[in-house]
Amino acid sequence: MILKKFNIENKKARDLIPQAITVLALLSVIIYFATNAQINMGNRGISFGFGFLNQEASFDITFSMIEYDGSHSYGRAFLVGLLNTILVSVIGIFFATIIGVIVGIARLSDNYLIAKVAEWYVEIFRNIPLILQIFFWYFAALRALPLPENGISFYDISFLTIKGWYVPKFIWTNFNIFLLSLIAAFIAIYFINSYATKQREQFGKQIPTTIISLTTLILIPLITFLFLGVSLTFEYPVLKQLSPTVFTYAGGVSIIPELIALALALSMYTATFIAENVRAGILGVGKGQKEAAASIGLNKNQILKLVVMPQALRIIIPPTTNQYLNLTKNSSLAAAIAYPDIVLVFAGTALMQTGRAIEIISITMLTYLTLSISISIFMNWYNKKMAIKEK
Amino acid sequence: MMKYIKTWILVGFASLLLVACGQGGGGSGSKKSKTLDNTKKAGFVKCGVSQGLPGFSNADEAGNWSGIDVDVCRAVAAAVLGDADKVKYTPLSAKERFTALTSGEIDVLARNTTWTLSRDADIGLTFVGVNFYDGQGFMVRKNSGINSVNDFKNGISACTNTGTTTELNMRDFFNSKNISYEPIAFEKADEVVAAYDAGRCDTYTTDKSGLAAQRTKMSNPDEHKVLPETISKEPLGPVVRQGDAVWEDIVRWSLNTMIEAEEYGVNSSNASSLKDSENPAIKRLVGSEGELGAAFGLDNDWSLRIIEQVGNYGESYKKHIADTGILPNRGPNQLWTKGGILYVPPAR
Repeated sequence: MILKKFNIENKKARDLIPQAITVLALLSVIIYFATNAQINMGNRGISFGFGFLNQEASFDITFSMIEYDGSHSYGRAFLVGLLNTILVSVIGIFFATIIGVIVGIARLSDNYLIAKVAEWYVEIFRNIPLILQIFFWYFAALRALPLPENGISFYDISFLTIKGWYVPKFIWTNFNIFLLSLIAAFIAIYFINSYATKQREQFGKQIPTTIISLTTLILIPLITFLFLGVSLTFEYPVLKQLSPTVFTYAGGVSIIPELIALALALSMYTATFIAENVRAGILGVGKGQKEAAASIGLNKNQILKLVVMPQALRIIIPPTTNQYLNLTKNSSLAAAIAYPDIVLVFAGTALMQTGRAIEIISITMLTYLTLSISISIFMNWYNKKMAIKEK
Repeated sequence: MMKYIKTWILVGFASLLLVACGQGGGGSGSKKSKTLDNTKKAGFVKCGVSQGLPGFSNADEAGNWSGIDVDVCRAVAAAVLGDADKVKYTPLSAKERFTALTSGEIDVLARNTTWTLSRDADIGLTFVGVNFYDGQGFMVRKNSGINSVNDFKNGISACTNTGTTTELNMRDFFNSKNISYEPIAFEKADEVVAAYDAGRCDTYTTDKSGLAAQRTKMSNPDEHKVLPETISKEPLGPVVRQGDAVWEDIVRWSLNTMIEAEEYGVNSSNASSLKDSENPAIKRLVGSEGELGAAFGLDNDWSLRIIEQVGNYGESYKKHIADTGILPNRGPNQLWTKGGILYVPPAR
């Protein structure tokens, strides 16, 4: 019976067996590498294990979003690095998207100057290796910033210096109430918008949703300030003298120059690719669509917002997802300019101090994989949402 | 149809074979030195050095490496292969160095590496000796008004290299002084120098010899000074892979020979004329008495070749560290007979 099932004449078996063999061969290769590594590590007296994650790290990190100092564990240091990687990626993606969309639209502008400037920007920043751009922003652009005692002052509450950008620190009372009010405002805006859509679709009535939404967003949190005991004070950075010629700022929050340089480089670089995606997306929308929109009396902005962009997004999103993934992975170049991301902190310092190369590199690779897959899943969901729903 | 079956069977066997290879690979250590055999077969010593630290390991425009770390590798090449120039140098960052050694990419690591317990015991390495006694210090701008580490105040920013003991010492130091500081750790020394030079940080901390060497790279070296205090012990020395005792001995005694040669006044110019010396210790050094090389499978002239081709420790120090103006004063790196702490077991 079984023999008959796996008969060569059986198409199912014919399809299955080569695949099974491929999987087997792949497994063998993996097992080969794993065993080889194990034997070699054994020979050289290196043990394998993740116990080191609980050991005290005993090195400090410049910049951390959670409480950390050298007395915390390597595991905690990993978390600090991971959060820093996520932070610079999120900032990078945010600005890359904004710059990318603006430049992409600008490249198609009727204004010759705007179109040319956008084109030059894309051609220059797209064709210079990212690591050089990072060095440029860090060592050339930021080097031009003044020392703290001559810092560029913004109304005496914020200072830009070579040691970083010092901004006021927010000190909240009853922050939770404020947060709840923000959520409430967003829910209200959601209902306003769906009401407006209904009105438009049923009666053709245009409601100025943008202004109403903005007012809601400001008004509801404002109420909490006035009546619910929410308050916000600022701690301003103050110049502090450390020695006759050495100054720094105390108080406030310091945005380190490494973060600024890296975020700038990543967003300026990735924006060029996004701009090209946007341009391709807009050009991909049929000319007839624009003409039809114009013929029913929509103005230029309305055509772009209501007719072109929704269709262009379908073309723009998939390649832009790739750019988001690239940006996240490219953030690992941070190590070159001492931004404490996961590669510098964990795959760098921690690896060095513990010598656990295989464990640490595996964890780091797995982390990037998880990050990338999360972005992919989110963008695929968004893509599906934006896709044309056939009715 | 038979044709298909044959193909499948073949593929199946191939994958089984791969698994078998996996079990067989690796091999195990034996009494003989695998590293020595491989080195002789390759015809050069695989040596890991820094990416450029004047005095220790630095390449000139033509790509020729020199420095006291480089001389350790040259000594090993002279002893093993008979020619000090038969060395293949691999520049490594602080982060890469140990992996390069344990993975077999290099066989000797001579890269101003601090000997510590955890490095020696934990990660499959063996330190064979000390070729430079160093300590961590701080560099500041001369006009800063900071004259001692006691002038450091809360909020000071300090640049250093990542993946080094200096990163840990720095924390210990600032913690013990109860000073909050901003640590900025770069991967490459050149970037640390650039950032410090630009004013990103107020002080630059690393081994004092490193500070002295890097100062020469600043845009204006005279504007900077090294503070007098030393905050740590940094015995720098060559490292080998754990598990090859013979190779370990060869590297250890190549270094020891250079130091012992200085102690007995044997140098590159007088070594061969001392074959008939009265002093048996000198005769052993130049190979005219005893069979010392045989212990690790080398001929009897191995140490003579080291002294002739590379020179003794004093010559090496003078050429690379003193005459280049990095650290003219030998300090602790003087022989024990002259007030230093260089002391090696006797070669007999």
